[in-house]
Amino acid sequence: MNEITEYLGRNARQYGIVIALLAIVALFQVLTGGRLLDPSNVVSLIQQNAYVMILAIGMVMVIVAGHIDLSVGSVVAFIGGAAAIMMADWGWSWPVAVALALVLGLLVGCWQGFWVAYVGIPAFIVTLAGMLIFRGLAIVLVSETRAGLPDAFNAIAGGELPSWLGFLGNLDGVTLLIGVIGMAAFVLSQWRARRGLIKHDLAVEPMGIFLVKNVVVVGLIGVVAYWLALRATPIVLLIVGGLIMIFTFVLNRTVFGRHIYAVGGNRHAAQLSGVRTRVTDFMIFVNMGLLAAVAAVVTTARAGAGLAAAGQLYELDAIAACFIGGSAVRGGVGKISGAMIGALIMGVLNMGLSILAVDSAWQQTIKGLVLLLAVALDVVSKRRRAYA
Amino acid sequence: MTEKDEDVVLEMLGITKEFPGVKALQDVNLRVRRGEIHAICGENGAGKSTLMKVLSGVYPHGSYDGEIVFDGEPVAFRGIRDSEDRGIVIIHQELALIPQISIAENIFLGNEKAGAGVLDWNRTHRAAADLLSRVGLAENPEITPSEIGVGKQQLVEIAKALSKKVDVLILDEPTAALNDDDSEHLLGLLREFRDQGMTCIIISHKLGEITSVADRVTVIRDGQTIETLDLHGAEPVTEDRIIRGMVGRSLEHRFPARKATIGDEVLRIEDWTVHHPVDTDRVIVDSANLDVRAGEVVGLAGLMGAGRTELAMSLFGRSWGTGISGRVYKNGEEIRIRTVSDAIRHGLAYTTEDRKSLGLNLIQTIRENISSSALGKLMDWMGVIRGEREAAVAERYRRDFGIKAPTVESVVGQLSGGNQQKVVLSKWVFSDPDVLILDEPTRGIDVGAKYEIYTLVNQLAEAGKAVIVISSELPELIGVCDRIYAMSQGRITGEVPRERATQEELMRYMTMEKTR
Ligand SMILES: Nc1ncnc2c1ncn2[C@@H]1O[C@H](COP(=O)(O)OP(=O)(O)OP(=O)(O)O)[C@@H](O)[C@H]1O
Ligand SMILES: [Mg+2]
Repeated sequence: MNEITEYLGRNARQYGIVIALLAIVALFQVLTGGRLLDPSNVVSLIQQNAYVMILAIGMVMVIVAGHIDLSVGSVVAFIGGAAAIMMADWGWSWPVAVALALVLGLLVGCWQGFWVAYVGIPAFIVTLAGMLIFRGLAIVLVSETRAGLPDAFNAIAGGELPSWLGFLGNLDGVTLLIGVIGMAAFVLSQWRARRGLIKHDLAVEPMGIFLVKNVVVVGLIGVVAYWLALRATPIVLLIVGGLIMIFTFVLNRTVFGRHIYAVGGNRHAAQLSGVRTRVTDFMIFVNMGLLAAVAAVVTTARAGAGLAAAGQLYELDAIAACFIGGSAVRGGVGKISGAMIGALIMGVLNMGLSILAVDSAWQQTIKGLVLLLAVALDVVSKRRRAYA
Repeated sequence: MTEKDEDVVLEMLGITKEFPGVKALQDVNLRVRRGEIHAICGENGAGKSTLMKVLSGVYPHGSYDGEIVFDGEPVAFRGIRDSEDRGIVIIHQELALIPQISIAENIFLGNEKAGAGVLDWNRTHRAAADLLSRVGLAENPEITPSEIGVGKQQLVEIAKALSKKVDVLILDEPTAALNDDDSEHLLGLLREFRDQGMTCIIISHKLGEITSVADRVTVIRDGQTIETLDLHGAEPVTEDRIIRGMVGRSLEHRFPARKATIGDEVLRIEDWTVHHPVDTDRVIVDSANLDVRAGEVVGLAGLMGAGRTELAMSLFGRSWGTGISGRVYKNGEEIRIRTVSDAIRHGLAYTTEDRKSLGLNLIQTIRENISSSALGKLMDWMGVIRGEREAAVAERYRRDFGIKAPTVESVVGQLSGGNQQKVVLSKWVFSDPDVLILDEPTRGIDVGAKYEIYTLVNQLAEAGKAVIVISSELPELIGVCDRIYAMSQGRITGEVPRERATQEELMRYMTMEKTR
């Protein structure tokens, strides 16, 4: 037992934030009289917050490397506007427009990465400029709105997977299948990682914790899958889920990902270890551009139109999600899983407060306080542990 | 003297301090007499720095068990301010000067000379100049620390300490980065302070210094007090005697036996010239020629500022300097090295003398640091890093090099200085280079671990690697190298084979003035 408490002590942060999320969910579940976790609300929670999660994935990497990106909101408006014009004005088919939007995102990333990595201007300045530049371009492009987008395109944000497999009682078969695959994949990957460590005679987390963790995660996936199966799987969920898996992998298991941590932790030491820090910086911004383009597609599809004012304050949502999720302001530390939970905390707050019909001015105030509190808890608990 | 009538200024009783997963101190006792120089010795990670941090309030009262009695009354410091109010001042193992602001501002940082919050520059500069002259440093207090060498920076740290009311001055490895002259000057100062009635506590791995300057020595091993030795007592206290306390047995030799089998030339540089990165007309390395062979350990001796580190770093992917010219040959063929990646690809490795700011990522784990220079070796065919292979490699080095840490998942910033150095070495040995350049590899490392590192150098050489050792400790160079180059003012002034290597001979070359 001692072993388990000690382990939890060392990993308090990771578990703390999950518990915080669960506590907030429970709180609103009670306050809203059970309406928060209504299936249709769960679906719209995902659809409403997809953009934060997508942007936060890129933002974690930017922040871990010791930079910041203030321009993503404007970039979303700019690229979304461009895609809308391609479809509405020029009549191009939606797959072409989406592909070109992604290419445009890469180009925006190259532009910003160039100034940060090769000219050496701090990212804060470059992306502050980018915030103005791309907002301006968005307004030039679409002036106000460009509506009249194809339904197939709008389905990216609002649509659901068709029920190919029929229903099990009142539950959608496809959704259940995805849930089961998700559970199996999680348990299998955890189990394989553990076996690998044991094979090499390395320390593993206590068996008790391992089991509890698996049961909890499987249970959570099960609950979410159940709620969703009462409707159907939203398409954005697949997009977000896919991105989370891909980028978690990139960050943990590829050389590029590891170099991001190395650069953020100690740039000079990374250089002297043979890390090409400029290339790493550049690629981080290219990647951020790409993800901003994905977010632009989702946002535009959700609005059903290109809006010059789209994406307002998105950068702050994404940055807040990262910091609530445990990224360090000085760089070097941060996880995608943390940022995703941070995004969910913000999302649940938004949704819960809206259901309770709290005034939007108060909503902002509350979200600001939560951000401050989350980071304060982190800082204080770290200090306590250092001196413990 | 009996315990009764000795004048004890400070007593630490039954100090126990735990970090998550590590018991750094266990029931440690320390008794310091007024006006003595009290040395603390122990291996890396023994808990010396931790003990001093407890004493100075860095770890506040309540975060440890035990009692501190100062001037006859128990004290409970909540922070470093409290201990400074009582006259206990610590100079930490790492220099803590801010490079961008002036020496004078550094000295008075946190207790500025000001009236109503407005700085009085005249008073600040005058007082700073007074303090600098007390420590024998003739520098303008308005320049910044980055403009003076480490030796002088250490003196500024002492001046800073003296700007406060000091009864007990604690110095954690003050001479680790200093050359012999600077160290001697600093130790002289300590003697002076003692004669003025100040009490000094000094931590050092340089046992020669301790036997020459200290009055008493307390030895700590694995977080426990082993003994306190009186250097003026009946029984003479030699370095070997202290080592016996530190490692629990006597160390027969300081250097492992070396049986060199030297092969073909691996690396040769010709006409290597490097200019200062800012002051681009200044020549820092001046047409240096140097070669090493397989299985050979070559030393690079020189005083501070001779250009040894600059030579090594400019060679290692142009990491330092501008206007670099000259030729490099690897296995007889000329190669071009433009970046650090090029250097690593050509089988070069360089471990820096400044491990904290250049060698390690302090917020990452031992595992991540060790793998960082050769992630490619841990990839499978799809370019994916194999986590368990990485962990296994790190674990192997932890065992082989005796890195003291609970697991390879420990964060490097929390290791003791010596153990951090072992992580740096592991990292570069893992990259499997042909030529290994070690810059001050034993700085801040205890005698036992030094021996391990020398053994390691021997093993690397026996495995056919070429090793270049840069060191300011001449006995070390003479003990481990087959051949030693001496540098002075950017030029290689001499080359001495092992048989002829003596400190005097090397010193003669190292101090040779430019003739032009
Ligand atoms: N903040 C910390 N968190 C966790 N462990 C720590 C921390 N600080 C020190 N330790 C551990 O406590 C032990 C004692 O460390 P300490 O720095 O006191 O050693 P030291 O005797 O000063 O060694 P060195 O000669 O290498 O400087 C080491 O095992 C170290 O890893
Ligand atoms: Mg220490």
